[in-house]
Amino acid sequence: MSAFANILAGGVFHAAVLFLVAAGLQLVFGVQKIVNLACGSFYALGAYFGITFIGYASAYGVSPWLILPGLIVSGILLGFIGPPIERVLRMVYGRDESFQLLLTFALVLMFQDVFRFIWGANPRSLDSAYLIYGTIRAGDFSVPVYNLLVIAAAIATAAGLGAFLARTNYGRLLRATAENRAMAEALGVNVRRVYSVVFTLGAVLGTTAGALVVPTAAASLDMAIEFVIEAFAVVVIGGLGSMRGALIGALAVGLIRAVSIVFFPELEVLAIYVIVIAVLIFRPAGLFGRSLA
Amino acid sequence: MKATQAALFAVAGTGALALLPLAVPPFYAGLMIPFFGYAIALLGFNLLFGYTGLLSFGHAMFLGFGAYGAAVMSGVLGVNSFELVLLAVMVGSAAVALPVGLLCVRYIGIFFGMLTLAFGMLFHSFLFKFYYVTGGDSGMRVARMKILGLEFSHYNKIEFLAGPFYYYCLALLVVAGLVMWRVVHSPFGLHLRAIRDNALKAEYLGVRVYRMRLAAFIISAAFGAAGGAILGFRVGLADPELVYWTQSGQLVFMAVLGGFANFFGPIIGALTFTILQDQLQSLTQYWRFILGAILALIVIGLPEGIAGFVRKMWRRLVRRPA
Repeated sequence: MSAFANILAGGVFHAAVLFLVAAGLQLVFGVQKIVNLACGSFYALGAYFGITFIGYASAYGVSPWLILPGLIVSGILLGFIGPPIERVLRMVYGRDESFQLLLTFALVLMFQDVFRFIWGANPRSLDSAYLIYGTIRAGDFSVPVYNLLVIAAAIATAAGLGAFLARTNYGRLLRATAENRAMAEALGVNVRRVYSVVFTLGAVLGTTAGALVVPTAAASLDMAIEFVIEAFAVVVIGGLGSMRGALIGALAVGLIRAVSIVFFPELEVLAIYVIVIAVLIFRPAGLFGRSLA
Repeated sequence: MKATQAALFAVAGTGALALLPLAVPPFYAGLMIPFFGYAIALLGFNLLFGYTGLLSFGHAMFLGFGAYGAAVMSGVLGVNSFELVLLAVMVGSAAVALPVGLLCVRYIGIFFGMLTLAFGMLFHSFLFKFYYVTGGDSGMRVARMKILGLEFSHYNKIEFLAGPFYYYCLALLVVAGLVMWRVVHSPFGLHLRAIRDNALKAEYLGVRVYRMRLAAFIISAAFGAAGGAILGFRVGLADPELVYWTQSGQLVFMAVLGGFANFFGPIIGALTFTILQDQLQSLTQYWRFILGAILALIVIGLPEGIAGFVRKMWRRLVRRPA
């Protein structure tokens, strides 16, 4: 029983990180109608930077209590690469969606070598940094406190994003732009600004997720292309553009992976794509429909 | 493009490619084999993308069918004739493409792309995880086979690739190009273009949109498998990397680089990409960055690719009165 609880805890943790990246993907797709393949690269950027940050933090003897807030802050600061990249993407807004997809693919290729240049080709990891806050045990069941904090942060982000989109004025502008760009523009919404903000927000979600995951997992050159494809599965299962969908999709993918790694390791990834295909065939809009809210 | 112009270009191109092994060391001629594989696969890919307007982001799956099909046939079943292997993987790939296409071509645009991507990743994870069948990430060996029933046993592998196999692949590309030229200039090809430009209108005019898209999907799958078999034969290995989604992205890259609006665009793209990648790899370990930057520049500045650019320059140069 407790073995199963351990699996579940692992799955939920993975889902929490997945949700953050997928939420960024959803936001950008919902408003800008661009499938941003580079969101996995933002995630990897956050992870690599997180490694560097923790390295410095432990070298200068920074209190471990500042590690988690520090990671979140560095994730948010990294989001500042969003606006210049959005500026480049802006040049192909009028074109066919395949061009936009390809441009983000070009970013994926370029980012991969930027990581290689700065952080080297070998995977980088921290020795059990996730144990800094200790573990909670109950019988055989144990979960690092750090993982619980990350899950809490993801839930808080979900709630915050939901409230931002549903309740605030700017959230309404975003949803209006997602719904009908031309009409929003005619009514005086600065769509350019909105696009820039949305893309940056998407980038911040990715970099923060990467920074948060790094105490528990290694940062490697392949993580960007591996993770974006998983985040893509999440958004397809949940429904493109839907925040609630990202949440459910992330939980589904996280739990399926966790369970199948233990019971049917061959089916770990296979199961996810079977579900993705089934969803696309039977409910192409995903489990949760269409709009952003 | 007028037929005479195209024929001239094709003959000149084929001639240049035929003379190449005489001019460069065997090692470099052997490097051209992947170009032939990609070019044949891209002819099929572009029937779907350039002519039908469907962007497949899982097309590497068909390369994988070709490479793994060749591995299974040559290694497990002991088939020794490359022609037989080619035929079998093309038929097999088309047979798999039928049910997959039935599901995929119900959608267009981003949904079509995602569904093909998902199928590609499904196949990739099968190859990767069921290692006792597929060899996992170390792949499966593709044995050396006879071409045209000839052994060429006195050639070593490099000489074989640069000599007989080079011309063999060139001939395959010419045949594939001729077949595809016929396909896109047949009424069927016209149907596809009508569907690309306005599916609703085409349907109203009596084009069976769904069936035509499916046919294009199946044909492109067969071409993809033929290309994959060549790629697998050259390395002597079918490995799951060939099926990963980044490989599908690379196929799209080549098509856009050469210019997917032009019949020869994808072939030009495959040639440019192959040479560029090889040169960059020997120059710097950061070749992906440069390739990415080139892709970005093409997407932003030259959406019609190299073929479109050359055409525009040519028109400007000749400047015939309209």
